[in-house]
Amino acid sequence: MGEYILAAIVEHKPGVLHKVSNMFRKRNFNIESITVGACETGDIARMTITVQGDEATVEQVVKQLQKLVDVIKVSRLEPSRSVVRELALVKVYTADSKAKSDVVNYATIFRGRIVDVSRDSMIIEITGSPTKIDAFVELVKSYGIKEFARTGVVAMSRGLKSLKVEE
Amino acid sequence: MKMSGSRALIESLKKEGVKVIFGIPGGAIMPVYDVLYDEKEIRHILMRHEQCAAHAADGYARAVRGPGVCMATSGPGATNLVTGIANAYMDSSPVIAITGQVATHLIGRDAFQETDIIGITTPITKYNYQVRRVEDIPRIVKEAFYIASTGRPGPVLIDVPRDMQTSVADVDFNVKIDIRGYKPNIEPHPLQVKKAVDILVSSERPIILAGGGVHWSKAYGELLTLAELLMAPVATTFMGKGVIPENHPLALGCIGMHGRIEANKSIMAADAILAVGVRFSDRSTGKVDEFCHDAKIIHIDIDPSEIRKNVPVHLPIVADAKIALKAIIDEMIHRGFKREKSEWIKRIEMLKKECEDSEPSKEITAVNAIKLLRKVLPENAIVATEVGQNQMWASLHFRVLKTGTFISSGGLGTMGFGFPASLGAKVAMPDVPVVDIAGDGSFLMTEQDLATSVVEDIPVIVMILNNSSLGMVAQWQRFFFGRRYSHTDLKGVPDFAKLAEAFGARGVRVNSLNELEQVLREAVKSDVTVVIDVPIPREEDVLPIVPPGKSLKDMIC
Repeated sequence: MGEYILAAIVEHKPGVLHKVSNMFRKRNFNIESITVGACETGDIARMTITVQGDEATVEQVVKQLQKLVDVIKVSRLEPSRSVVRELALVKVYTADSKAKSDVVNYATIFRGRIVDVSRDSMIIEITGSPTKIDAFVELVKSYGIKEFARTGVVAMSRGLKSLKVEE
Repeated sequence: MKMSGSRALIESLKKEGVKVIFGIPGGAIMPVYDVLYDEKEIRHILMRHEQCAAHAADGYARAVRGPGVCMATSGPGATNLVTGIANAYMDSSPVIAITGQVATHLIGRDAFQETDIIGITTPITKYNYQVRRVEDIPRIVKEAFYIASTGRPGPVLIDVPRDMQTSVADVDFNVKIDIRGYKPNIEPHPLQVKKAVDILVSSERPIILAGGGVHWSKAYGELLTLAELLMAPVATTFMGKGVIPENHPLALGCIGMHGRIEANKSIMAADAILAVGVRFSDRSTGKVDEFCHDAKIIHIDIDPSEIRKNVPVHLPIVADAKIALKAIIDEMIHRGFKREKSEWIKRIEMLKKECEDSEPSKEITAVNAIKLLRKVLPENAIVATEVGQNQMWASLHFRVLKTGTFISSGGLGTMGFGFPASLGAKVAMPDVPVVDIAGDGSFLMTEQDLATSVVEDIPVIVMILNNSSLGMVAQWQRFFFGRRYSHTDLKGVPDFAKLAEAFGARGVRVNSLNELEQVLREAVKSDVTVVIDVPIPREEDVLPIVPPGKSLKDMIC
């Protein structure tokens, strides 16, 4: 079992996310996370999908994705040769001044940003690999996490090679 | 050209060569039916249940090996199509389903007869569309037919909201389609072809396993040529039944749970398997870990996702079956390879001789009735089946003599498929006798379309092997559930002869094989549908059987 990151270029039109997620459900594949956003040209979108499984399962996932008419291109991203990023917003309970200064310190170390401060809480915006976000959460957990939202990963292979639709 | 969406839809269908639509009107598709009212080039066949419309379109598609069209209204009309669409999807049949939908502004409001048919059919269609602009209709129809009938065929649904049917727009039929996410690969990789030939010529016990893909690519000639060059026996999957005339010396019949002994034994003894257009379903392979693990498997399929989905293979070839087989033949001819009769073939011949059916007795049994049917029917007759014991008896004992003349629900195993499918096939091939080998349980699931067969003048023969049971379930209860016949006794109801007569068809109950023969001979010439009720022993079993979860080696004969 391992974690695999797939990037898919898909038609940017209604119902495509449903068709993709439906395929995962019907084939009994697990989606760890999925992100969707428009691409540099407006008529296509890019999905980044993190899946858990063994090599054979992932091979099937890729083929089943490619089989979908609305999926134009699929590529497997090697974590070691890719930039993998996720963004999280963490609302931490910071009632006393020690908690405030600790959390600010941790945020600085993790290169996070304080994006909201109230009397008793802070929201920290943190970007990085999923493990970095996990580590940060682990660190501030003891102060009390009031709310937590993460985007799921987006990823891109390093170097000039790109996942583009041929004209 | 200015016209309504309904007119644009029908004109688009005509441009795709559609001659027949199987359907039922209803509120949300009425504008299209209004156009069909005086349409001369398309024959609309009014079915009595939408499930039958989908099955009939499927039967039509399998008879012509091209698209078949069905139509229904929104809501219950559309959901009634679902079983038929799922059936077409599992057996890769290019059914085009057109559904009415509530008007665009009502979608999502739980309007009368609204249902999310796009959501419902997404997992059971190759693709589906909802029309959002009248101008898109010609492109959508063209794409739908292209997607349905190329690559690995499959059903495509077009959902047409009512306002899209009535709105008028400037419609251009000169559309070019380019679907960037859909480019089926039909040419085999030359290096893979060479490697395949290396394996085949160096094998001692090669076998060809041919499936439904050979039907869809009409690779019959190539299959036979290659089998003879290689001196390889040809086993088929159930979906591949009839890709080779089953009286050919190299034909072994079907493998699988109810495969023929010679086919199961041969494939398990082979050292190289050329699998073409198959998907290694659990019903074919038996326990998959024990399926031919010592043999080298070459897998030709047009659908890349079928490669290594169920079975590990040594050499994949992603291509159209016909083109791939042709390439392999060319390479073998190029190498000057032609095998003479080998030890392997002698062994196969011996095995076939051992497995030859004994002379039929005079008793009126399912197996005897099926053999008699073969004797009476001309070679080109089309045989459809229902699902269950009737189907497996047909698979085991009805020898298909002309390629592509056997139609059955393999993947989904839909009881009630055979009769409407036989109607579809008869519409496609009006000059050929069409028979539905039925069971009493299955036939009762779609029997209302006897009305269609009578009113629309589509005469077929329904031969009901009547054991007054849900026979296959009863057989499993006998074998695996200690004869506890839980809810499988159909109590001899109805009287099928009277039922048929009530619809204006001919209905006969026969009491002997002689009588059956006589009725069948009349039925072949009949211009009205004939339903023949054949009482068979209640406990007649389908044998051999590979118990579920067991290896093909563990056949009970």
